[in-house]
Amino acid sequence: MQQLIEQLKAQIAGQIAEAQDTTELSAVHGRFLGKKGEISVLMQGLGKLSKEERPAAGQLINELRDWATEQLGIKESSLAQWELTRRYKQEAIDVTLPGTGREMGGSHPINLVRAELCRVFAGLGFEVVESPEVELVNYCFTALNVPPNHPSRDRQDTFYISEDVALRPHTSPGQIRTMENQKPPIKVVVPGRVFRRDDDASHSPMFHQIEGLVVDKGINLCDLLGLLTTLAKTLFEPDVDVRFRPSYFPFTEPSVEVDVSCFVCSGKGCGLCKGTGWIEILGAGVVNRKVLAGCGIDPDVYSGMAFGAGLERMAMLKYGIGNIQILYDNDLRMIGQF
Amino acid sequence: MLLPLSWLNEYVDTSAIPVEELQARLFSAGFEVEEIVYPGAEISGCVVGKITEITQHPDADKLVICQVDCGPSGQFQVVTGATNVKTGHFVPVALDGATLCGGVKITSGQLRGQVSQGMLCSGEELGIDDDWYDGAGVHGILIFGPEVTTPGVDAKALLGLDDCVMDISVTANRPDCQCVYGMAREVAAAFSLPLRELELDYKTTGGPSDLKVSVQDSELCPRYIGRQVRRVKIGPSPVEMRRKLRLCGHGVHSNVVDVTNYILLELGQPMHAFDASKVAGGEIVVRRATAGEKIITLDERDHTLTTENLLICDGSKPKALAGVMGGLESGIADNTAEIIFESAVFEKANIRRTSRSLGQSSDASKRYEKGLDDHTPALALERALHLMDKYGFGAVSESSVDVWANPDKVNPTIRTTIAKINAVLGIEVPATTMREILERLNFVVTLSDDEITATPPFYREDIEEFPCLAEEVIRIYGFEHLTPTMMDEAAITPGGLSEQQLVREKLCIATMSQGFCETIHYSFHSPRDLDMLGLPAGARARDTVAIENPISENYTIMRRTLVPSILKTIARNCKRGVNAGRLYELANEYIPRPGESLPEEVPMLCLGLFGEGEDYLSAKGALEQICDTLGVALTYEKANFDSDEAPTYLHPGRAAALRLNGEVIGYLGQLAYPVQQNFEIARPVFIAQLDARVLLGASPARARFSPLPAHLEVERDLALVADEALTNGEIEAAITGACGQVSRVRLFDIYRSEQLGEGKKSMAYTLTFTPGDSALTGEQVDGFVGEILAALEKLGAKIRG
Repeated sequence: MQQLIEQLKAQIAGQIAEAQDTTELSAVHGRFLGKKGEISVLMQGLGKLSKEERPAAGQLINELRDWATEQLGIKESSLAQWELTRRYKQEAIDVTLPGTGREMGGSHPINLVRAELCRVFAGLGFEVVESPEVELVNYCFTALNVPPNHPSRDRQDTFYISEDVALRPHTSPGQIRTMENQKPPIKVVVPGRVFRRDDDASHSPMFHQIEGLVVDKGINLCDLLGLLTTLAKTLFEPDVDVRFRPSYFPFTEPSVEVDVSCFVCSGKGCGLCKGTGWIEILGAGVVNRKVLAGCGIDPDVYSGMAFGAGLERMAMLKYGIGNIQILYDNDLRMIGQF
Repeated sequence: MLLPLSWLNEYVDTSAIPVEELQARLFSAGFEVEEIVYPGAEISGCVVGKITEITQHPDADKLVICQVDCGPSGQFQVVTGATNVKTGHFVPVALDGATLCGGVKITSGQLRGQVSQGMLCSGEELGIDDDWYDGAGVHGILIFGPEVTTPGVDAKALLGLDDCVMDISVTANRPDCQCVYGMAREVAAAFSLPLRELELDYKTTGGPSDLKVSVQDSELCPRYIGRQVRRVKIGPSPVEMRRKLRLCGHGVHSNVVDVTNYILLELGQPMHAFDASKVAGGEIVVRRATAGEKIITLDERDHTLTTENLLICDGSKPKALAGVMGGLESGIADNTAEIIFESAVFEKANIRRTSRSLGQSSDASKRYEKGLDDHTPALALERALHLMDKYGFGAVSESSVDVWANPDKVNPTIRTTIAKINAVLGIEVPATTMREILERLNFVVTLSDDEITATPPFYREDIEEFPCLAEEVIRIYGFEHLTPTMMDEAAITPGGLSEQQLVREKLCIATMSQGFCETIHYSFHSPRDLDMLGLPAGARARDTVAIENPISENYTIMRRTLVPSILKTIARNCKRGVNAGRLYELANEYIPRPGESLPEEVPMLCLGLFGEGEDYLSAKGALEQICDTLGVALTYEKANFDSDEAPTYLHPGRAAALRLNGEVIGYLGQLAYPVQQNFEIARPVFIAQLDARVLLGASPARARFSPLPAHLEVERDLALVADEALTNGEIEAAITGACGQVSRVRLFDIYRSEQLGEGKKSMAYTLTFTPGDSALTGEQVDGFVGEILAALEKLGAKIRG
């Protein structure tokens, strides 16, 4: 028996060593450890031995089975590891191949700026208001304190649908519509399309503005400076400066032109700021008392501030677009960049 | 406006202030200096030299050798070919290293063997002519006048070539600053410098006035002053006037015309001079033109007038188009012996309308359009008469005729408080500082405690209420005194984007994620664009909002469809080699509303897809994904081309109507081939256009959770055979209609073969059955399938055997 077991042991060791993969190995397993495997046959043969011989022989067979199981296990895990490695190797791919998903489109830079401004103002407690693009002449001019014969009303400058209806030349009618429908405190921005009869290298007959209006108690010029400074720092760079200089708009008094320090050259002077260190970004002011009163808001109790900015100009400045025509050309290669 | 520094300095001495500082202060006071021009920028290194000796060049007949005394600069020998110089003359000498007009550089050298240490200059070499300096236009060397006696003086300064001209942008509320004297007032106020008064004195040696003036429309002409000047000698004006006119970009004419232009530049008052001999009866009548009346203006243009045009006439005929231009026949001629000066105010809007409607503008009309106060005409006339008398151009008559409708009108006094002014500014400007600033600006101010009253000067018609005073104070006090605050006194408001605005952002991102580029097109286009879409005459989209005064034939109506804009952009991109792409626009269409002033503005979403890999299903898939992101499920059905809203621009076999809650909200399909051709697009295009309100109205907040099934779902595959005409939509509807337990129907194969026969197709579906409270048994599912097959039989679809 002893000899038989030693033979079997050598056979098993030899076949384990020869097994090339887990399939072969599992055949070895079956051959020796299966139900009808040689070790089982050996075990069944115990009955032919004498009662005295059986325990020792049984033990030897059990030892052989444990040994074989262990050896097979060792070989199996090493083969499995090897096979896994081989599989990984076979399945290796060029990981820099292009992905199969669809390419993203792009946002129009004007609407990107519009969305960003709306988010900034929403965070400051402003509502975003939409206002008609085809608008009553009264809201476009009269209610904004634009005198009856003001040149901006000319048919040369403003598009008319009829005597009383025009394409809004600015987003300011949104101020009036808001103040007629809402009592202070008012904080709104009105973004949207506006129209003027200009068409040349630096003008487009349609462009976009964003109008801002605050009406409440104690609103003053310093608040306007604070608000627009926040805007400029958020939209451009955190370290830009803002300055005011006097200007004139019929619907504000005092009126100011607002410049930011050039965020390209930090005020040293460059092509963008034409060497001045400053870039004009928008017009603003303290709401004219007549405009408030016209909307039924008592100018002795409330005061307001307003601003209007061109989104094209903002987008051109922010993204370094040199020409307004590019914005209306809709070249997909341009939009795809945003 | 153009402001020569030399002219400004006649009224306020800024010689001690660097130009940069002047520019900066004007800027903060509201006057942007857009450009500074230095007329003598190219000239340097030129001094006055006295010629002490002239000898013939030994080796050149046409050259002479001059010894020149340049005072402290030294003694120089200069060779010249000029023949007009004599010993004792003072001349400009360009020394070694000097630069002249045109960038010419002068160096010492030898001319035919003789040392020449510079060059004697002509006027041309210095860039000037007789209008700048008397004698500068002579052929040869510029010989200085007898006033020049010191050699070595900088010739550039002497000739005024060190002057500079500032081009200043003046806002519309400050017409009073459209002139030299107006800007001098501002500079004086800004720097707290004294303002020199205008010289206005003159002798009246021209005898009594016999001029008659009548103004028939005082609304259009609030003030008209006429004055005769007799024994006029027409000739050139003096060089100091000519030089200033030239610096300001004006032409030089005769002395009388130059005086009127000079006054326009100096005081902002347009003046006109009539030849008195051509004014019949010595009578000026200011009246509206009669309809069809004609006038020929100075520039020989014929105009036919309406009653909206104002005329200056004599007893019988029009003599000038008021405020715009004089008539051809009453102009100043070389033999004019007596003139009538006109100094008047004309209503600005009327001048603007006349100028625009006749296409006739002038310096005068441009100035009148900006608005003029009632007082300046008198001041300007006095100043003109002073110049006429001073230079001996004529003899001023003894009196003016002044027709002034409203001489008692004064600018209103503003009564307010220091506190109110400071409340506008948000800072505390001391009362005395306010008073001082306003007084510097020529306001009449009284101050007691907190009360302040301020009366603006006559030329400030823009001052209306106390905020105007706040503006005046801060622009002189300085905006740098403001400190940023964040509405300390204002109420807190929640603000934020509305649900619809948030959905709009989400829609844009969803669309972008499907590969679409966002485009923006003009809101207007032309009926031709609708023709190109092949829209029939009665199509509803032809009922549009028309622009009365379009900027071009291409943009005459407001869009009621975004499709042409998208197609043009696709065509343009294709031409540039962009051969595939997806683009969209989210914009309003404008629908006329009968009986309402304003049209309805409806947001529309338009998608366009073109290029490799795009087909009807890729377009539909993109739209489905976008809608799914917003939680909207559209149904798609074959578009009906018989309705008056039919999308006639689409391929009739590949066009779907998009339905939501039973309503058609848009169309999706392939562009019809003729339309594709009209827009010159080489490849197929897929278009979807739909009313975006339903998408924007989709509210994720309203979505509700459905409990997950407690038992396993069961799937069954069905292969059907049906006629080609039967659509997937109809089959799906029949399946879900027949069995409430079906939660999903997924088509996974379409198959055609000879075996199936002509006009037949096989469609294979996976159906998902979702159990209710208890698990589904095989028998139950068999039952459902039976019901479904029965429903499909009615459509002619059978299970594939």
